Amino acid sequence: MNQNNINQNNIKSIVALSNVVKQFGEKEVLKGISLTVKPGEIVGLLGPSGAGKTTMIKIVTGQLEATSGKVMVDSSSTEMGMMMDSLGLYERLSCYDNLKLFAKIYNIPVERIDEVLKKVGLSEAKKRPVDKLSKGMRGRLALARAVMHEPKILFLDEPTSGLDPTTTNQIHELILEEKAKGTTIFLTTHNMAEAEKLCQHVALLHEGKIIEYGEPKEIGRKYNHQKKLQIRLYDGRCMELLNNKEAAEKVQDYLAQELLETIHSTEPNLETVFMELTGSMLE
Amino acid sequence: MRNIIAIFQKQVKETFKNKTILIQFIMFPLMAIIMENTVKIEGMPDNFFVNLFSSMYIGMAPLTSMASIISEEKEKNTLRVLMMSQVKPMQYLIGTGSYIWGICMIGACVLGLTGTYEGKELVAFLGIMAVGILASLLMGAAIGTWSHNQMSATSLTMPVMFVFSFLPMLSMFNEAIDKIARLVYSDQIYTLLNNMGYQSGYQLEIALENVAVVGVNMAVAILFFAYAYKKSGLA
Repeated sequence: MNQNNINQNNIKSIVALSNVVKQFGEKEVLKGISLTVKPGEIVGLLGPSGAGKTTMIKIVTGQLEATSGKVMVDSSSTEMGMMMDSLGLYERLSCYDNLKLFAKIYNIPVERIDEVLKKVGLSEAKKRPVDKLSKGMRGRLALARAVMHEPKILFLDEPTSGLDPTTTNQIHELILEEKAKGTTIFLTTHNMAEAEKLCQHVALLHEGKIIEYGEPKEIGRKYNHQKKLQIRLYDGRCMELLNNKEAAEKVQDYLAQELLETIHSTEPNLETVFMELTGSMLE
Repeated sequence: MRNIIAIFQKQVKETFKNKTILIQFIMFPLMAIIMENTVKIEGMPDNFFVNLFSSMYIGMAPLTSMASIISEEKEKNTLRVLMMSQVKPMQYLIGTGSYIWGICMIGACVLGLTGTYEGKELVAFLGIMAVGILASLLMGAAIGTWSHNQMSATSLTMPVMFVFSFLPMLSMFNEAIDKIARLVYSDQIYTLLNNMGYQSGYQLEIALENVAVVGVNMAVAILFFAYAYKKSGLA
């Protein structure tokens, strides 16, 4: 891997992909992916099914080899944690026994099991078999297993898919806690709000290519062609104003009259950007 | 070694909660105990039911349980998680295989003690069973690796299991079937057990045919496993 790509802004990258191509027979699933990830950041991989997200993660985790291109991962496979879409839990075993198996594999003290179960709020369900857990509890258990050995890189594939808002928030909290500890996190999701809330950078994938990459807000600003303001007044009126001098005067008037209830800029969200770039929906 | 022990211990816990697998290990030893102690027919060879159920046990329990466990782990994605956690395919196979082999050998001990085997004869009986169980495990590992899920594993295991389990019994009634059955390891194991049982004084007779057929069957299973592994990997 080119050192210039790995070292960006003097911070060593933990993952760097350079012009990675992956073919399955005649089908090219990844078409020259380049991506640099710094330690401690959350990177969102966004794209519809078949965009190449899972293939990309499999290449980074060493489950697949790239057909061509360079892959640099500054971490061994024992320093990686993974929570996949299909959680891969032993359904007949209890929460505790599921984690005990991996505590032995990772050679970490069994006392750590109670710590992580407490962290994900499953202490009371530690002896319950997985097949008696709700979907949200299973998700939290899979996350506990992924972070139990304190990995340097965490791969989360649709971690909140199909979960209720409360559980989703709990998982978001846990993800942010991991980030605060310095863990680098790869997050694949269809949920734009989730990506905007959690990710420092997002890569929009479409048909095996990264079609846009950057900070979520920066991407929104970049594609803010309308540059309008949406205003709602206390008398119930709603209006859209062009973001110019005239609008500023009007807003000033409304403020002076204490009429202004809400004011929002109209930069697009990631979903809208994706639609603009590809003509198709993310989900 | 640590990973192999972890897989072994996991499998112990899992099996005791998986009745469909557990019943495979218990069924034939239990049937042998019941039949050997309740059915007495004049002129019936020594250890008739023990030997018959032992060869059926070899053909069924290790094969179906190994195939079922591997295919279930593939279907539920647990095997992929293990592989991602630095567990090597060989460590997984040894951990799971040694557990099944061990529990089947406990069943073999029950079968041996149900018969009239003792001393060197019992050791020889267990030795023959150990080889048969190993051959069956290899077949099961090949089927489990070949299959993408439990349903495809079951549809492949059932005919294979019927052939290996029931050919030794059917060969007693039909000469044509007997000729075909001689090519199958479970029939050779049955022959070896019967040769032991018919001896008035203990003398294990191992013919070249027994060794060759069991060896070739094991080699075929290893080749099938290697092909399945190359085609789709373990996970």
